Amino acid sequence: MTGLDRLLTLDRRWIFLLIAISVSIPLFLHAEQTITITPEVRGISDTVANLPAGSRVILACDYDPGSAAEIQPMTVTFLKQALTRHLRVIIMGLWPQGPQQADIALREALTDPRVAAVAPKYGIDYINLGFQSGNEVVIQRMGSSIPATFPRDARGRDVSNFPIMQGVKDFSAIAYVFNVSAGYPGTVEWVQFAGDRFHTRIGTGSTAVQAPQVYPYFPRQLTGVLGGMKGAAEYEEITGFEGKGTRFMLAQSCAHVVVVLFVVVGNVAFFLSRRRQRRIGGEVAGS
Amino acid sequence: MMNLIGIWIAALLTLGILSFLYKDNPIYKFCEALFVGVSAGYWFVSLFWQNIWPKLVLNLHAAALKLLAGGGVDSRWFYLISGVLGVMMLMRLLPKGGWISRWPLAFIVGSTAGLYFITYLQSNAISQIHDTLVPLVTAGNGRFLWIPLPFNIDWDAFFVFVGTFTGLIYFFFSIEHTKLAGKTARVGTFFLMVTFGASFGYTVMSRMSLLIGRFDFLFRDWLHLTH
Repeated sequence: MTGLDRLLTLDRRWIFLLIAISVSIPLFLHAEQTITITPEVRGISDTVANLPAGSRVILACDYDPGSAAEIQPMTVTFLKQALTRHLRVIIMGLWPQGPQQADIALREALTDPRVAAVAPKYGIDYINLGFQSGNEVVIQRMGSSIPATFPRDARGRDVSNFPIMQGVKDFSAIAYVFNVSAGYPGTVEWVQFAGDRFHTRIGTGSTAVQAPQVYPYFPRQLTGVLGGMKGAAEYEEITGFEGKGTRFMLAQSCAHVVVVLFVVVGNVAFFLSRRRQRRIGGEVAGS
Repeated sequence: MMNLIGIWIAALLTLGILSFLYKDNPIYKFCEALFVGVSAGYWFVSLFWQNIWPKLVLNLHAAALKLLAGGGVDSRWFYLISGVLGVMMLMRLLPKGGWISRWPLAFIVGSTAGLYFITYLQSNAISQIHDTLVPLVTAGNGRFLWIPLPFNIDWDAFFVFVGTFTGLIYFFFSIEHTKLAGKTARVGTFFLMVTFGASFGYTVMSRMSLLIGRFDFLFRDWLHLTH
């Protein structure tokens, strides 16, 4: 068996092992990496930065722990940026675990000294309205009445008792919607039902898998897009709230280098083997 | 203490799932079955307490109390229709009453189609066409490589236009893809390949992110090897 044959019949577990090593080692390193900011990420950061203090924003968490590795850093950074900008954050979710993920993100955001200095209070500066079933119909109904769609917060208390919800009738009271999405229902539904129908300004943080689907909505239907972990890292970079997105980028880059190397090696081996087969075929035909 | 137990369970289950990469084994099967069961149970309990109980049971209970107190019939009785449709959907489980479930299914399909008809047209057709029809050339002093031009070329808009046009030609089957149409369609396939490649690249990034997330959990939260 030649080296080429060995390469073509390589046990795929060796590939898994190399990927595991390439992902693990960078997690122990603290190397600086240059992160360039794309217009899609700048669109979200600038929009949030330019909202007047006191504006109400919706943080729609449509994901679950399965995609938290990619999306949770976006949620944390958005909360930090919004709360330090003195925006009032209304958290909700069309996925049952979404608002719970937001609670975890909120706990992390509140430990940041810059957020702690603002001392945001529940019911005044932020509120968690919890999960509401009904997918896109929930968004449609929020266009008529947000209090009717979410009469109680995540802990079952009447939302009309909280100052943050005073005067909130529909999307006209909402300056911006930031949707963190891992699939359906998610960004596409927010664009279709809140953005295009009720003219609400929307930005999104999406899983990398979903990102190509939502990029066509930028810049008119979406003010910005955070695509996967790279988007999260860019967002952390531009806002100055360094977090997991930035920390994980080295591991991400190393894993990508290994994948690219395997693609190149695999293709070279394929073409070499094909050439060898043709040569052998020619020799057989010639004899 | 409970947090520590939770971390240990999560770590062992993560290792159990990852063990499939070596080869299929009973530990992986156990973890997979546990995950499916817990997910199904979580969804059932979640939807029951956040949907059926407050919206159907409590609303109908309040409406019934009001009716018994002589307060008349109010709009909350409409929830009864949803409840009946839900029960009809479960008829699918019966050996002879399966046809009954077609009625609520027809209702869902019809209402969803009606809901999406305009929104899809607006968001995914008209708006996208609007964003494609932008000036390719604007007034001003531009440059192509080193050649000065008396106008500016919007290269983003140019590529979007070429990609959209040639992509549409590729899917236009009323003319034979030969000569000019064939060459245009071939350009369209290049754009499609780039699109598929970008999607694949993003998918790889997504999967790597999930792996990084799990490894970070194992090294940081479980083993405390990183900070």
